[in-house]
Amino acid sequence: MYDTSEIRKNLKIQIDGVPYTVVDFQFVKPGKGQPFTRCRLRNMMTGSQLERTWKSGEKLERAALEEKQMQFLYLQDGFYTFMDTTNYDQLQISKEQMGDNAYYLMDGTMVDVLLFNELPIGVTPPTFVEMKVTQTDPGFKGDTSGNTTKQATLESGLVVNVPLFVNEGELLKIDTRTGEYVERVKVGR
Amino acid sequence: MGAINPGLVDRAIVERLAHRHRILQLTRACFDQAGFIEVETPSVVPSPGLDFHLDAFEVVDSRAARFLTTSPEYQMKRLLASGMGAIYQLCHCFRRDEDGHNHQPEFTMLEWYRTRAGSAELMVDTEQLVAMLATRLHGRSAITRQGRTIDLAPPWPRITVADAFVRYAQTTLESVLPDEERFFRLLVDRVEPQLGRDQPVFLTHYPASMASLAKIHTDDPRYADRFEAYVDGIELCNGFGELTDPVEQRARFSADQASRRAGGKVVYPIDERFLSALDHGLPDSGGNALGFDRMVMLLLGAERIEDVMAFGASRL
Repeated sequence: MYDTSEIRKNLKIQIDGVPYTVVDFQFVKPGKGQPFTRCRLRNMMTGSQLERTWKSGEKLERAALEEKQMQFLYLQDGFYTFMDTTNYDQLQISKEQMGDNAYYLMDGTMVDVLLFNELPIGVTPPTFVEMKVTQTDPGFKGDTSGNTTKQATLESGLVVNVPLFVNEGELLKIDTRTGEYVERVKVGR
Repeated sequence: MGAINPGLVDRAIVERLAHRHRILQLTRACFDQAGFIEVETPSVVPSPGLDFHLDAFEVVDSRAARFLTTSPEYQMKRLLASGMGAIYQLCHCFRRDEDGHNHQPEFTMLEWYRTRAGSAELMVDTEQLVAMLATRLHGRSAITRQGRTIDLAPPWPRITVADAFVRYAQTTLESVLPDEERFFRLLVDRVEPQLGRDQPVFLTHYPASMASLAKIHTDDPRYADRFEAYVDGIELCNGFGELTDPVEQRARFSADQASRRAGGKVVYPIDERFLSALDHGLPDSGGNALGFDRMVMLLLGAERIEDVMAFGASRL
């Protein structure tokens, strides 16, 4: 349990079984009255925000949160299976929960899984991943203006905008925070 | 770029200190011209405030139990009982465990009293002081906060606590009291944020149970002659039509001590010399305790009171 005096930004608490992070807080004390701490909280599962006021000395429940590095094994029947390489424990995350992060998974990709009460509530892929181009039109020969891009489909199904000189079969570095092309990866350096 | 030297004061604060000085000069001139005498009362006292929610700093002194003053009220009222008619003071007050946007453990209080006057006169003093300061500083009796203009021109509206609860918390005082925690939660969450957003407002007629050192209204004993001014949801001052009855005052002090004892808090001694002065006789008086740093913060458009202090608690 946390005491109200321990409230800080980014503190993780739980209310009625739901994890929240403290976005902001303020000490509030009306004249001749009792002190409170007013907090702005973000629901870690839905992202929505709310305000809550606690009286000084009230106790807040800690959120039983854990972050684990896990390895992607395979996709089957709409569920992604991950393994904890330290103890071989496995867990599954649904397609819905993965969302767009599924585009960055390939055999053996290591991700950070956020667990609440030992259930996965979020996945953070590595900042950069390398993926092969499976389909793209050839660039226009002789075009040196360089101001146009074309679309390329990658092995995970992700479609990105790439420079005209990128060819099928090439390995590209992608920024998972934006889903954008960063550069070509030189194979066999 | 090098790291910020922790010994230095932020440039923005340094600039504000010049304006703070101006506000101090104008404030003193205002009271001086109105015939008030500036007094100084001790910072180290035997009896700090007995309010349940106030905690005083203890001063280590081998001779007797001593504390840093939470308010100059007892001493200033002893001066009134001694024949002074209009007095004011700018002094530091000290309150443990108060630290936040609008709170500091050490802050500056502007406190003043008039004899042969009551809360009505003190409210007029307050709105005229604040409006004058804004006019002298900015050329108009208004301030801006977060893009909104707050018109400071007197007279400010007066609204009773009961009416404020009906209007802003959609409930009656009768249905909330005597649950003080619920009262303060509603005040803090629903009422205060709505007060004084376009124009400052005086909240008057506090419940008798929260009279503190104010007298009870003779025409309605449910309420105390106590008021507070709010500007943009921020409490600026707390004033009274002062309680002059020593018997009633002692009874309230004893009740406060009993509450503190029951709550496991340090029980401060009753200020017997203050009660002796009331025995002698305090003329009907009005007084007000105004958070000077908060007023400077509002006048200079700062966000936190530390931003208008040379060295707030986090920058010592």
